[in-house]
Amino acid sequence: MSVGILGTKLGMTQVFDETGVSIPVTVVQAGPCTVTQIKTPETDGYSAIQVGYGEVKEKALTKPELGHFQKSGAAPLRYLHEYRLEGTDGYELGQQIKADAFEAGQIIDVIGTSIGKGFAGYQKRHNFKRGPMAHGSKNHRAPGSTGAGTTPGRVYPGKRMAGRMGNSRVTIRKLTVVRVDVERNLLLIKGAVPGKPGALINIVPAKIVGQAQ
Amino acid sequence: MNAQEVIRSIEQEYLKSDLPVIHVGDTVKVGVRIQEGGKERVQPYEGTVIAMRNGGINETITVRRIFQGVGVERVFLLHSPRVASIQVLRRGKARRAKLYYLRDRVGKATRLKQRFDRPL
Repeated sequence: MSVGILGTKLGMTQVFDETGVSIPVTVVQAGPCTVTQIKTPETDGYSAIQVGYGEVKEKALTKPELGHFQKSGAAPLRYLHEYRLEGTDGYELGQQIKADAFEAGQIIDVIGTSIGKGFAGYQKRHNFKRGPMAHGSKNHRAPGSTGAGTTPGRVYPGKRMAGRMGNSRVTIRKLTVVRVDVERNLLLIKGAVPGKPGALINIVPAKIVGQAQ
Repeated sequence: MNAQEVIRSIEQEYLKSDLPVIHVGDTVKVGVRIQEGGKERVQPYEGTVIAMRNGGINETITVRRIFQGVGVERVFLLHSPRVASIQVLRRGKARRAKLYYLRDRVGKATRLKQRFDRPL
């Protein structure tokens, strides 16, 4: 129940901390996001703020979308996202959410779309073992048995098989913010985040079980 | 500013500007910062550069030396703050980029011819 920020993954590099240890970091262009709508229990039945990210040309959007942005006075934006809140006090239309909402050392969750792998086989998708490659074996990447025989006479639902892999929503939890560049709205996050450079990601303060937000 | 430029500008802050030009085959003396009981000191390590890897902030050298009859290879991340100093002691002549063949040699055969056309 706290406000996060939308951003673009820029790529990975490494930085050194004060003890000289190199830390792998993902550089993220975080915001600036604009508050485009405020939802209150009176008007919408719940409270939340909607933020937009990624400026685009006017012609890239439809008239209804442009009308929506006009209400908040925001520039035309590509992405909209809603954050549920206890109360919307302190937020106003057109307000900017920038990288300084985060601080170095903070624990965060990063939500994004993983890299699509297409139709992937058993080894790649489910880490099955492969068969022998030699000694006359023809069973190289085959799945093996998918179940028992006449009883039950069918393959149980949920049996791990080949299929589409990746390109799905992924949350990486409890990553650390290594550095915040307020001027350029950059976040340096320790570790990897989903997707390729250029991918849209959603950064929120970590949701930890048993800890109040 | 595109993504690559942003990343390069971040790396720029951590790059050392005073590194000497190192080639494979050179004999170097590396000052390594080590922590010892809360105190920090610089320990020298001397040997032959048998490999160089990567570039930019991730550039590393592999330095080999024979210590008490045992071959020791250490990989140094050149731009790391733990590498306090690097000094080229001798320029060696190498005809390949990776001198892994030195691992199979002992004694006099591990020597490399010195070259004088490169300044120290």
